[in-house]
Amino acid sequence: MRHALLPRPLIRALLLLLAVLALPARPSAAFEIEGHAIFGDPDAVRMLRVLSVADVDVFGPVIEAFRAGYPEVSVDYTVASSAEIMTAIAEERVPFDVVISSAMDLQTKLANDGFARPHRSTATLALPDWARWRDDLFAFTQEPAAIVLSRAAFAGRPLPETRQALISAMRDAPELFRDRVGTYDLRSSGLGYLFATQDARTSEVYWRLTEVMGALGTRLYCCSSEMIDDVASGDLAIAYNVLASYALSRADLTKVAIVLPEDFSTVMLRTALVPQNAPDPGLAGRFVDFLLTSSWSSADVPQSPLSVSSAVFLTNRDRFRRIRLGPELLVYLDEFKRRRFLQAWEDAILQD
Amino acid sequence: MSAPARGSIRRRLMLQLLGGAAVLAVVLFLIVQSLARNLAQESQDNILAAAASAMLDTVAMQEGELQVDLPYAAFSMLSSLQGERVFYAIHAPSGLVTGYDDLAPLAGAGTRFATGVHRGEPMRMITATRRLALEQGALPVTVTLAQTRDGQSRIFEQIIAMAATLGTGLFLCVAVLAGLAARTSIGPILRLTQSVDRRGPQDLRPVTAPVPAEMAPLVGAINTFMDRLKVSLQRSEEFIAEAAHHVRTPLATVRTQAEITLRRVEKEENRASVREMIRAIDESSRAAGQLLDHAMVTFRTDHLEPEEIDLGQLAEETVERLRPMAELRDIDLAVVAPVPARIEGDRILVQSALRNVLDNAIKYSQPESDVTLTLDHDGAMARLQVRDRGIGFPEGGAAPLTGRFERGTNVEGVVGSGLGLTIAEEVVRAHGGHLLAGNNEEGPGACVTLCFPAL
Repeated sequence: MRHALLPRPLIRALLLLLAVLALPARPSAAFEIEGHAIFGDPDAVRMLRVLSVADVDVFGPVIEAFRAGYPEVSVDYTVASSAEIMTAIAEERVPFDVVISSAMDLQTKLANDGFARPHRSTATLALPDWARWRDDLFAFTQEPAAIVLSRAAFAGRPLPETRQALISAMRDAPELFRDRVGTYDLRSSGLGYLFATQDARTSEVYWRLTEVMGALGTRLYCCSSEMIDDVASGDLAIAYNVLASYALSRADLTKVAIVLPEDFSTVMLRTALVPQNAPDPGLAGRFVDFLLTSSWSSADVPQSPLSVSSAVFLTNRDRFRRIRLGPELLVYLDEFKRRRFLQAWEDAILQD
Repeated sequence: MSAPARGSIRRRLMLQLLGGAAVLAVVLFLIVQSLARNLAQESQDNILAAAASAMLDTVAMQEGELQVDLPYAAFSMLSSLQGERVFYAIHAPSGLVTGYDDLAPLAGAGTRFATGVHRGEPMRMITATRRLALEQGALPVTVTLAQTRDGQSRIFEQIIAMAATLGTGLFLCVAVLAGLAARTSIGPILRLTQSVDRRGPQDLRPVTAPVPAEMAPLVGAINTFMDRLKVSLQRSEEFIAEAAHHVRTPLATVRTQAEITLRRVEKEENRASVREMIRAIDESSRAAGQLLDHAMVTFRTDHLEPEEIDLGQLAEETVERLRPMAELRDIDLAVVAPVPARIEGDRILVQSALRNVLDNAIKYSQPESDVTLTLDHDGAMARLQVRDRGIGFPEGGAAPLTGRFERGTNVEGVVGSGLGLTIAEEVVRAHGGHLLAGNNEEGPGACVTLCFPAL
């Protein structure tokens, strides 16, 4: 889905229309829904309502693993973008039991503003400090942002291992990479915005890279999976700030190279929270505990496709910069700050 | 007789120490509590002030519009207090510039703090002001921050719990120490009491055991008092002996004169009254003699001069000396001494004791009866037993009669001083023996036994 050239309100209107058309059975939801599935008996007495940014087919195995322990529970799984999750929980107060999102900043804002219900259990208390904020927000994956390269495009060239090397590669052969570089559209992707602001905070090299990418006519995307698709098909040579977990879970890995930059790799934590108005907080707590125990109990978790093996983090400890949970994540959500950052970014990336 | 007890040193000491400890523990608790509260509040206030000032620094006027570039560092600072929720708002005179619209600036001027409730939770709040210098004048901009105090209050509760434990522990420690201290300080008093209690009635020696300095005056006072008591006792004994002596000598003269008068008087009724007079003089003389005896016994028991005594011989001598008096009343005095017995003792004292017992026996016997003195010994003890056929001891036994001037309740009509048994008892005691006084099992009359350790 490429809509970099469409104005944002139009996208919203289109999506809303699609949602209304596709889901006439759920007229109560005014926020935009991207997918919906029910695992188990739709008329079950106990229904766990999950709101998540992850696609149904990506997160399905986790739900099924949970239901293996609780067969009498059905799971109502709704997919929405992180911004729409914010609307659903903070404004419309739609009752969900668990909210799962990769947008750490928005999740933190929900918790900070009092929309989370505290949950304490042995599983949450066993978490390291960086994986938990208050008793509200719990991290169950660590997902680094990667540079995904087309092996065909880099045939005969060394794969760049740092951002500086990537800049040099693009400068050396602009004709090779023109219109073949992709990254998140920060205006529509919450995760892209989070990665970009953290990159900019860590190093000035981010702005130089964005300038160079802008000069090459970079294409903007909403989602990691689509960028990976285009790299695999050879449409793109470089995709910057793609979720490594998505790339690693693909079958056609031979065509793409996944680079975790040596200078620094920003690591996003996927978090879960129980909303204040959860209809079944007890069940919600058990689901959160299940997520935590299954992702933290062993190094490599087969049923959690989103989790990157912790061995990666242990061997390359210095390069990974984990985004810290806490009120500092509110800073880039500030209206002024966001406007200012997006202005600078647009100036750099949209040079035509 | 003991003085009525008012209060107890031990209890007073315990109460004072425990009271002091309780006050100290409470004071400690309050100090730690206020210190913890101040420290927690102060550190949070410092962080809030630093963050607010960092935020104000980024407020600027650009092309006629207020611009705010929130510093990431300011919020990192705020998250150094772990797990606290943060709310912020930046206001200009025209209204909210950015931040949470439900957070109003605190009233007042300068940098002001307040503890209040925001969104239903207790929070620490700050409002700081900066005046932007513009061409058309100064524009006051305020930053308001509100931060929850969950972690603060958790830490505060922990400190309070610790302070409470500390205070209780301190109190318990002092309580144990107070108990020990009270016991230790009371100890010497108890020991002194016991050592004085253990003494015999005649023991008036000064207390020489070492005592704490604070008790030395008390012991000194007791010793001086006992000294004075001893002197005064001695003086009264001497006085009595002197008095008895002075009474006895003229009495002898009076008796002689009375006997001469008796011979001259012809009329029977006059003779009877003179005889009565002589009898009274005899009694007085006897009482004076006994007083002298007693004084002598008291003196000699303090300065015993022991020698070997043949009790049989001593018994014979004593009986012979009393025989004339016994014959006056037609009383037969008999000595039964089947075995010889020897003791170590003061001859004069033992004689005096036996004489007094025999004297009593003769005095309280019916005329024309007999008094028997039996001597025997069983190896350990030598016994002199005097039996009479008299009225015996009253109901309730003879024990009270060994007191000075105590007389039986059944002796009205018989002249006596009540010193006889006392003298005998004191002598026997001084020799390490004892006196048995009772009535004959098989008939009327008393039976008094003097027991001495045999040689």
